[in-house]
Formats: sequence, C-alpha cells, structure tokens
Amino acid sequence: MSNHNETQLDSATLWGGKISPFSTSYGKLMMWFFLVSDALTFGGLLVAYGFTRHACQDAWPIGEETFNSLPFLGHGYPLLYVALMTFILIVSSVTMVLAVEAGHRMDKRGVVRWMLATIVGGLFFVGSQAWEWYHFIHGSEFGKIELADGSKAIVHGHFGELKNFTVLEAGRHHKKGEVIKDDLLHQFHHAIEEGKLVDGKITLHDGSVAKVNRAKDEHMQLIIKEEGTKYTANSKIEGAAAEKLYNEVINSGTPNRVIYGANLTVNEYGPTQYAQFFFFITGFHGFHVFSGVVINFIIFLGVLRGVYHRRGHYEMVEKTGLYWHFVDLVWVFVFTFFYLV
Amino acid sequence: MERDDIIEYSLHGHHDEEAGKQIRKKIWKVTAILTIITVVEVICGAFIKQHSSIWPLVKWGFIILTAVKAAYIVLIFMHLGDEKKTLKYVILLPYFIFIIYLIFICLNEANAVSAALKFFGF
Repeated sequence: MSNHNETQLDSATLWGGKISPFSTSYGKLMMWFFLVSDALTFGGLLVAYGFTRHACQDAWPIGEETFNSLPFLGHGYPLLYVALMTFILIVSSVTMVLAVEAGHRMDKRGVVRWMLATIVGGLFFVGSQAWEWYHFIHGSEFGKIELADGSKAIVHGHFGELKNFTVLEAGRHHKKGEVIKDDLLHQFHHAIEEGKLVDGKITLHDGSVAKVNRAKDEHMQLIIKEEGTKYTANSKIEGAAAEKLYNEVINSGTPNRVIYGANLTVNEYGPTQYAQFFFFITGFHGFHVFSGVVINFIIFLGVLRGVYHRRGHYEMVEKTGLYWHFVDLVWVFVFTFFYLV
Repeated sequence: MERDDIIEYSLHGHHDEEAGKQIRKKIWKVTAILTIITVVEVICGAFIKQHSSIWPLVKWGFIILTAVKAAYIVLIFMHLGDEKKTLKYVILLPYFIFIIYLIFICLNEANAVSAALKFFGF
C-alpha cells in the first residue's frame, strides 16, 4: 500500500535520530504495543480456560447443546445466534477498514459513512451479547435435574406449555378459585427450586396453594452429564421413561434438585468454572467492544468537525481502527474455543 | 520550536483513487473468505457430534481455520502485512514464542492435574 521503504535518506537523517526504525508514527506504534499486551491478557484467559477444561473431572458442556436458541424462535438452532453475532462483528470490521481506506484518500464523506456503519454494527453486537447473557443466566425451561441415583442430566425436548394456576387454598394475595395467568414460568421455576411443587400442586410465595395446568412435554430426552450409581455419563433416556423420571424429580418436593440458568456458584450447563469463565471472558470482550464503540464515536465526532481533515491525514481513524479489528480478532478466538471446540 | 526535519510517517498511508479501487477489491475478497470460513465452522459445529469418530479431525480443522481467519484480520485488515519487516516481527515473534510456551505448559499441566485428581479419587 505505501512506499515508505523506497524513500532515499541522507546519512544525517538516517543516523541522526530523526527516523523511526519501524517507519510508523509514534501513536500507531504505541497502539500496536498496547494491542500486544491486551492480546497477552486474552491469551492468558483463554489458556486458563483450556487448563480448567482439561483438568476438570466432570463432563464439560458442549457448545451446540448449550447455545441453541434464537430470539422469538425458541430452541433447536444450534450455534446460529452466535454465528450471527460473529458475522455482525466481521462486517463491522470490514466497514472500519473501508473507513480507513477512505481516510487515505482524504474522502471525508466516505469516512463518515463507514465509521457510522461501524458504530451501528458495534452497538448491534453489544445488544446481541446482552441477549445472550440474559438467556444464559435465565437458562432453559427444563433446567438440569438430579436423578434419584445422584446422576445429573440436562433435558432436551418440547416443554409443555404452562396454561394457568387454579388456586385451591387462599394465601395473602390470591383468593380461592382464582385463576393465575401471569408470570407462570418464573413462579413455576422458583417453586421447583425450593421444593414447593408436589403432585402438581404449587405453593406460591404468598402461601396460597394452586393446581398447575400444564400441557404434556413432548420428544423429551435426558442426557446424563454426571454419572450416578445407576446411569453412566453421556447415556441418554428418551420418550415416556424420560418424561416419568423428569416429572418425578420436579414433583419430589425436595429443594435444589433442579437448577435453572447460571450464576457464579451453580449453573445448569456444567461445572461451576464453566459459567465463571463464560461471564469473565465474554464479559471482558464485551467491555472491549463497548469501549471500542465509545472510542469510535469520539473519533467520529472529530471526523464530523473536520479535525483530521485540517490535520492533513486521518491517522486517528487508522489507530482506532486497529483497536476495533483487535476486538474482532479476539472474538474469532473466543468463538472457536468457547462455542465450537 | 517546531521541528521540520522529522519525517511525517502519517502521510505514508495516502493513496489515490486508482489504488483505492484495488484495495477495496481486496477488502471485499477477504470479507467473502472470512464469511465462508465462519459458515463452514458453524455447519460443522452444529452437525458433527463431539462423540463421533471424526471429531478430533474437525477440532483441529476449527483451530486451523481460526488461525487462517486471524491471519487475514491481522495482515490485511490491520495492515500489518504492509508494514516494515522490523515492525512485523517485533509485534508477532515475542507474542508467538510466549503464547506457544503458555499453551504447551498449561495444557500439559492440566492433564497432570486431571490424572492426579483421578488417582486420589476426586
């Protein structure tokens, strides 16, 4: 692209401390050094993830089983959402490199247009990550269950829809005979976690007891993730047998036999460290994306005001571009090692 | 006093409309390559199960494809391929040496820890 290697220099310039051995400006070189140190941070995090995964005794979660949902469409779309996120980030990287190219031609309108596209792409990515986190924290409709023999299983299938709760015994808020239709799944999950669902009767927070009207589950499959005395790891139970076992567990009245979603102590997907690494690595990357959007926006304002045009070059756009591409680069690795492998 | 004898490297990136066309063509080509790689990865990830016999092959395929993607991003999008050799190696070499060492030592140790945990019955 550039021809700086061909420039002829007299010996006073060459040896007089007036030349950069790298043929770059100070700012760009420092941005590269910063990126190397940041890359070491992410490299360290991902290697720590690999260490934990290899040292861990329990079955590690599989990406395509854990991340298989799309907004508004539900389950059954393995990896599609995260693929979409990856694509958004790659495209925003492309618009950034086009902004840099426009800057090299001193085309202010081009820089404005492509930088704006980059910022919009970055915001889309941050938004997608927010949805991903929300979904990860809240978990699946089924949750992870602990069977009678001590083995733990994740559940796949079509969750029977909750229709309503009919109050049998009045509590502080609900009268007898009242039909509750709001916030059913949330209350249902809470009751199961606390062991307050027995034989299809749920004890709500206000002390009232209600009958649960729920459609039948379909196509259910239990996949054993931690082995117990009866079932071995990775074995599968399907159909009516699976439904019977599942309903026994959720109706057992014993707390903590079902785990929904994830926090820093337990999660339904696998070992505790899995969720911790998920939150830390994707969170740290998301923070980089967010700060990248902010920096891009500040530079964008500078472009609009014509600061760089008057300066004679758009190297600021190039420098913020380096940071933005780096964020994309990190995501390429997170995508592979967290979701694919 | 403002020095006028220092080389202004920031201007070296400038090019004309004709060169710009070539560069944009290259950018779109790289975009297509990155997109195709991602699509292939997602299809393999979604349809090939981790317990299947070809999984180790697929896994190494993912790692190689990731390295290819990373190379395109760093060399083309970040223009490191167009920089001077000195800069290229100052950025890449120390990083590679350190990270390969780190990967080797950590995964090796992880297997040892795993074996020890198993041995002591955890």
